[in-house]
Amino acid sequence: MILARVVGTVVATRKDPRLEGKKLLILKPISPEGKDEGGYVVSVDTVSAGVRERVIAVSGSSARMAEGCKDVPVDSAIIGIVDEVSMD
Amino acid sequence: MTLGRVVGCVWSTVKHPGLHGLRLLFVQPLTPELAPTGRRIICTDCTGAGAGELVYWVRGKEASFPFLPAEPPVDTTIVGIVDTIHLRKADAEPVAPAPAPSAPSKRKGKK
Repeated sequence: MILARVVGTVVATRKDPRLEGKKLLILKPISPEGKDEGGYVVSVDTVSAGVRERVIAVSGSSARMAEGCKDVPVDSAIIGIVDEVSMD
Repeated sequence: MTLGRVVGCVWSTVKHPGLHGLRLLFVQPLTPELAPTGRRIICTDCTGAGAGELVYWVRGKEASFPFLPAEPPVDTTIVGIVDTIHLRKADAEPVAPAPAPSAPSKRKGKK
């Protein structure tokens, strides 16, 4: 799982029917200190996250185990909103 | 499976119900020489690993297997705490190139 910040949304009309009704968000992976790291990910939201929120994103086939993502063609899902990060 | 060190932890209230009761730890992946490699990731834990501990973790669908029959949506899980590592230095270093073979045919040509 990675720590990421929600930076935007995606709207798609033509898509796999199984993706209908799913909220798609753009995530930017960040370090625990909050610094941006490379790349972007489009992720299905299952916890009603909002823009600028820090979230936990799961990738790969595990994303299909998220709420409402069974047998849905997704490889990245937001499964938690971060309250706090503590580094040793 | 990959080596890593526990470097922090994450709190989350709003999350998938399958994650309730699971610890979320920040892990820095390591090389066999224990040098940091790659970005830090969030792992669930099935071993009770603590801060600063050397662990190994598994990636992919297999990460949810320790929690069977529940199938939480996780893709990285700490599955073991490392006691010791034995690493033969000779194996870790690149193999030295073999000495160039002597060329008897050239010598014959010089004659």
